[in-house]
Amino acid sequence: MNKTAKRLLRNFAFTAGLLLTVTLIVIALAAPLIAPRDPYQQDTSRRLEPPSREHILGLDDLGRDVFSRIVFGARVSLRVGFSVVFIASIIGVTLGAMAGYFGGWLDTLVMRLCDILLAFPGILLAIALVAVLGPSLNNVILALATIGWVGYARLVRGQVLKVREMEYVTAAKALGARSPRVILLHVLPNVINPVIVMATLGLAGAILAEASLSFLGLGVQPPIPSWGAMLTAGRRYLGLANHLAIFPGAAIMLAVMGLNFLGDGLIDALDPKYRKQLS
Amino acid sequence: MTQYIIRRLLQMIPITLGILTLIFSLIHLIPGDPAAQIAGEGARPQDIENVRKALGLDEPLWKQYVTYLSNLARGDLGRSFRTNELVSTEIRERYPATMQLAFGAMLVALLVAFPLGIISAIYRNSWIDNVARFFALIGVSMPSFWFGPLLIIAFAINREWFPVSGREEGWRSLVLPSVTMGLALSAILTRMIRVSLAEELNQLYVTTAIAKGVSRTKAIFRHALKNAMIPVITVLALQFGSLLTGAIITEQIFSWPGLGRLLIQSIATRDYPQVQASILVIALTYIMVNFLADLLYGVADPRIKLE
Repeated sequence: MNKTAKRLLRNFAFTAGLLLTVTLIVIALAAPLIAPRDPYQQDTSRRLEPPSREHILGLDDLGRDVFSRIVFGARVSLRVGFSVVFIASIIGVTLGAMAGYFGGWLDTLVMRLCDILLAFPGILLAIALVAVLGPSLNNVILALATIGWVGYARLVRGQVLKVREMEYVTAAKALGARSPRVILLHVLPNVINPVIVMATLGLAGAILAEASLSFLGLGVQPPIPSWGAMLTAGRRYLGLANHLAIFPGAAIMLAVMGLNFLGDGLIDALDPKYRKQLS
Repeated sequence: MTQYIIRRLLQMIPITLGILTLIFSLIHLIPGDPAAQIAGEGARPQDIENVRKALGLDEPLWKQYVTYLSNLARGDLGRSFRTNELVSTEIRERYPATMQLAFGAMLVALLVAFPLGIISAIYRNSWIDNVARFFALIGVSMPSFWFGPLLIIAFAINREWFPVSGREEGWRSLVLPSVTMGLALSAILTRMIRVSLAEELNQLYVTTAIAKGVSRTKAIFRHALKNAMIPVITVLALQFGSLLTGAIITEQIFSWPGLGRLLIQSIATRDYPQVQASILVIALTYIMVNFLADLLYGVADPRIKLE
């Protein structure tokens, strides 16, 4: 095992986060094997039944198995999370790298756009976008990616501004390398670590945002099992069937906490100075 | 200082204009024919035309934009599709409820964070510090749309101490929503106060004060705490802005009749003028609050050069 890996595993937050995150991914991947029931199968004669041996987390308002729905809900959460982080980081890194490397009007344009998007509360913009585009899984991804790229762009631009002046970049240019080659091979590899940390924390943010939007009725639409939407449905039966609200909420919290731990652990273990750059 | 305020105000102009443009273009982002979409399924051509006229969508884009801005300048935010009332009337009614909730949450956060943060800083790495840090961790990770229902189950259903929802019962109605919304903020503040005060307690001036015979309590509260407050004030002011967006979810949990709930209700009924106006008001308040937070930072710490 190399030094970095050892240091990472000694870090409690990182290990706990890694464990929770791996569990989450395994649950999502192996959902059909783990879930004891079909998450869509209804049994209206047994609506709102509390947890029992047969249904460990009880049945929901349509008599569906809550545990199976939470297991399949992990797929929705991760799909949104990974899609948002992937799209946002690609756009953000590209724009940020170009803005930092070329400067000039491109830099001004990208940074002013960032200023405007940052002055606007993120979730509000996502709500606005979903409100006009219509609630659906893909529109949630689109809305969250639209606000998500800004962080990456600013981070990468700042890093590129520093790296751009390094001697090895000048050397590459002197040897005749063109801009795309210089950016891809010489600049980006040197700024990628903080991007990875930001992506991990961004995954937690996206999962939480999806749950929030679905909770507001603006996200994933029924009958697809989304933790946020399950919580909304459960809210109507508080006092009558508390398990409907308690378990999906716990799933959201564990997932978000795991990813936040992982990101925090990465910051401390890789290089504490990222904390400053990321804030 | 005056110069700084003016410069910051000038900087706000392009950002505000950008946000206004963004909100203006929202309606044009509706896929297909916005008028037909807004009129809803099964609308007659006549209805669609009426919607188009009411929203001015039949005019050229630049003219719509100019009209939008000039109406805004006169405080005219349009009329609601649902009630045909001025949307500003509804917003004026809802605004105080949201503000009340935000201040309630802030009060909760202060009441929790100050004692916890100060004790944590003084007794670093003791059991009480560990409890406070664990609390901060949970507080940051706990989504409000889960914490809220848990509070309802515990304190409105199992023990009928507070109402389940609404705003009719005065301060009793305010407690659970404020605690829900204040949790995350109190967690952030606790951490902030702990770090900030711990740093000050290590400073030489505190040691000097104690060496000269000032009591430890006095050294902490009269000297260190004052300096530790500077970053805390800034965080507090900046976080007030995020309370406004947090209110959207909290108001939904507790059916609290504020701006956030108005926004979600208007989206559900496709009342676009109301949607646009609610977003606008929340966004502008957010910008204003952050602007004031910036100024406050300058006032709290004269060392900060206002460049």
